[in-house]
Amino acid sequence: MQSLLNVITVLSIFLIALVLLSVRRAHIRVEYSVSWLLAATSMLLLSRARPVLDYVTRRFGIPDTPLTVFLIAGSVFLIMFFRFSVIISHLRDDNIALAQRVAILEYHVQSMKAEGE
Amino acid sequence: MIRASGPESLLIIVPAWNEEGAIGGVVRSIHEHVPGAPVLVIDDYSTDSTVRLARAAGAAVLPMPHHLGLGGCVQAGYKLAYELGFQYVIRVDGDGQHDAGDIPRVFERLKSSGCEMVIGSRFVNGGNVHTDVVRAWGIRFFRAVLRPIVGKTVHDPTSGFVGVNRAALDVFSRSFPLDYPEIEALVVLQRRRFRFEEVACKMHPRTTGRSSITAVKSLYYIAHVLLGVFVNVLKYDRRRRRKGK
Repeated sequence: MQSLLNVITVLSIFLIALVLLSVRRAHIRVEYSVSWLLAATSMLLLSRARPVLDYVTRRFGIPDTPLTVFLIAGSVFLIMFFRFSVIISHLRDDNIALAQRVAILEYHVQSMKAEGE
Repeated sequence: MIRASGPESLLIIVPAWNEEGAIGGVVRSIHEHVPGAPVLVIDDYSTDSTVRLARAAGAAVLPMPHHLGLGGCVQAGYKLAYELGFQYVIRVDGDGQHDAGDIPRVFERLKSSGCEMVIGSRFVNGGNVHTDVVRAWGIRFFRAVLRPIVGKTVHDPTSGFVGVNRAALDVFSRSFPLDYPEIEALVVLQRRRFRFEEVACKMHPRTTGRSSITAVKSLYYIAHVLLGVFVNVLKYDRRRRRKGK
């Protein structure tokens, strides 16, 4: 169990470093990095708080503490994926509306040019 | 350049994506059967000669800056038609499956019936049928799904041969299903208490290119459209309940 928590700690630190580096290099926008940082920090804190994990395991009748870790980690990332799906859907709608507007404006511009000639 | 003229101005829109084999013939056939009606080909970022051939055949072209999919492409045409002041728009697919000779009948029914939408149908009296087995089952399935929602049988719910008047154009230019639009569009209209009718039309088998809906995609199509239909039903029912309060 302790080795599993150590692995999660290392992975969380790696994720935090990766996200910070990506923000610095402008590969990821700050507003989207917040979700990842929150998730990674939560996992980091959780992996260093064995008594909390044991309490949650007992409280919810989960048969095994490692299962609790996976359940919490899975829930955190599921929520994140859902959030990103919402964002992507909005972006796609905006993108289509913009593309349509660009095409229509381009059409009007070409029509005006043709009228002028 | 296209311009709306008169109280019965009609625009024929033709969404097309890599239809170089058919688009020229489609445009010429429309000009032949509906002389005087402007034709707008909405090119969904084709990588072949669709745009050039459409222009050469005498159509105006609205090229998309990138691939939007059928719904986004058709809606762009509706938006432009609405902005240009057209009273009626008839959509004909760019693959040559729809017979341009049926356009005058769809247009007449659109004007005479007062319906907001007229569908060119393969399955009402007089229509002939060219469709594969999977699609035929899909059509039967959606007929059954749509019947209680729209209150009558839609014989050909997946038909892309559709005419709309300005009221429907107004709605569709603001809200139009993006991926597989035909069936969801019916629900959008019905929820606004708009009416539609079907007119028997001929349908030719596709001679060039490939259908965007393959047998493998059919299951995804059914799930996607089914979800879209129910989302639309719930959305409008909720709005109505809110208004009722």
